[in-house]
Amino acid sequence: MNQARKKALLDPLFNDNPIAAQVLGICSALAVTTKLETSVVMSLAVIAVLSLSNLTVSLIRNLIPSSIRIIVQLTIIASLVIVTDQILQAFVYDISKQLSVFVGLIITNCIVMGRAEAYAMQNPPFESLLDGLGNGFGYSLILIVVGFFRELIGAGKLFGHQVLPVVTEGGWYQPNGLFVLSPGAFFLIGIFIWWLRTWKPELQED
Amino acid sequence: MQPHSNAYIVGFAAAVCLVCSIVVSSTAVALRPRQAQNRELDRQKQVLIVAGLMHAGESVEAAEVQRLFDESIVARAVELSTGTYDESVDTATYDQRKATRDPAMSKPADPNTAGIRRLPYKAVVYQKVVDGEIEMLILPIEGAGLWSTLYGFLALASDTTTIEGITFYEHGETPGLGGEVDNPSWKALWPGRHAFNDNGEIAIEVIKGNAGTPADDPYRVDGLSGATITARAVSHLVQFWLADDGFGPYLDQFRADEGGAG
Repeated sequence: MNQARKKALLDPLFNDNPIAAQVLGICSALAVTTKLETSVVMSLAVIAVLSLSNLTVSLIRNLIPSSIRIIVQLTIIASLVIVTDQILQAFVYDISKQLSVFVGLIITNCIVMGRAEAYAMQNPPFESLLDGLGNGFGYSLILIVVGFFRELIGAGKLFGHQVLPVVTEGGWYQPNGLFVLSPGAFFLIGIFIWWLRTWKPELQED
Repeated sequence: MQPHSNAYIVGFAAAVCLVCSIVVSSTAVALRPRQAQNRELDRQKQVLIVAGLMHAGESVEAAEVQRLFDESIVARAVELSTGTYDESVDTATYDQRKATRDPAMSKPADPNTAGIRRLPYKAVVYQKVVDGEIEMLILPIEGAGLWSTLYGFLALASDTTTIEGITFYEHGETPGLGGEVDNPSWKALWPGRHAFNDNGEIAIEVIKGNAGTPADDPYRVDGLSGATITARAVSHLVQFWLADDGFGPYLDQFRADEGGAG
């Protein structure tokens, strides 16, 4: 794999992470990360939509008239999101119920539009697919890390299994309800951004 | 890139729309039977949960859900205005929401606090039957909350007064605030309380603040902090469905039948 492709795939993980560095997609990152399970499914949905939308947009990038390019991208993204939502409803109904509107809201997730406009419109299909996958993984990384800590600290569980025995069931762990609420996610994302910028000082703005 | 002609732009837009709509509609059509099956299964699960035969969040195989449901739950259609059973309705396929929208199967509701605009003529109630005895009545309830319509079930013991459980399986209330109506620890406050007082009047309500234990404070349930409107909506919709426009006539009928039989 050449340098440019590697960069397209791996950069969004840390160097140019969509949430931590570009600060996009925060809304859904707060909403769906109360449990690890919903985080993982949401991640998969975003990876699927992002890579396929990048691929499709890139395939027809030379045909799209530039005056209507945004609406064409949106149409493609919206269609992919609806298809994803239908698939989730058909195969993982319980989880799709918990994700409720947030799957539909992938349409408005800035990461998807942003990558289509900023990358897929200028680059060949394979690179765009990698860029979509890379950004999807970068988004997922945060979602899963945040989901892991929120479920563990907020409920003492992981994937719905009790890991830390809670007080109400005779154990020793007093769950911290703050982490189930949105502020918990803010703190965790903040800590992650802090850690990332300490590790990679070049991300710091002046 | 040279500018495109208007005809090209219109043609391109039409082509994109056509392709996208074919993809979306064929997925929707192909997956619909599976989704309908999921929704049906989910409804059965909710009935089992409120009947205490299953725990919320427990993952149970579809076949097991079906078995439990067939074994202990009897679904019966009820004519709401008279409270009598209507055996001509196929309870497995009857869709109350569809019926509510169908002018032939529903009527406009009288003004009410539960935010219900149309009332179906018929509703499907579930009975938990153990050894031939009806142990529990499970009534479908719905009503307008802050943002959305709440759909759920209310389970009453066979005395038609003691609440055995409540659940909301579909709503769009604010997560963390009104959305707490589906929080198991809040739902756990309901069992043991009484829907009707000793004079047979509807007495159950969701209050602001904390209520006592079911023994000390049988008619009141804790409110949800930060969700006054949703909590009030739950009060109103439970009261509505227990009253004359809802299952009131059915409960009267049921009491009379049971009294006669016992």
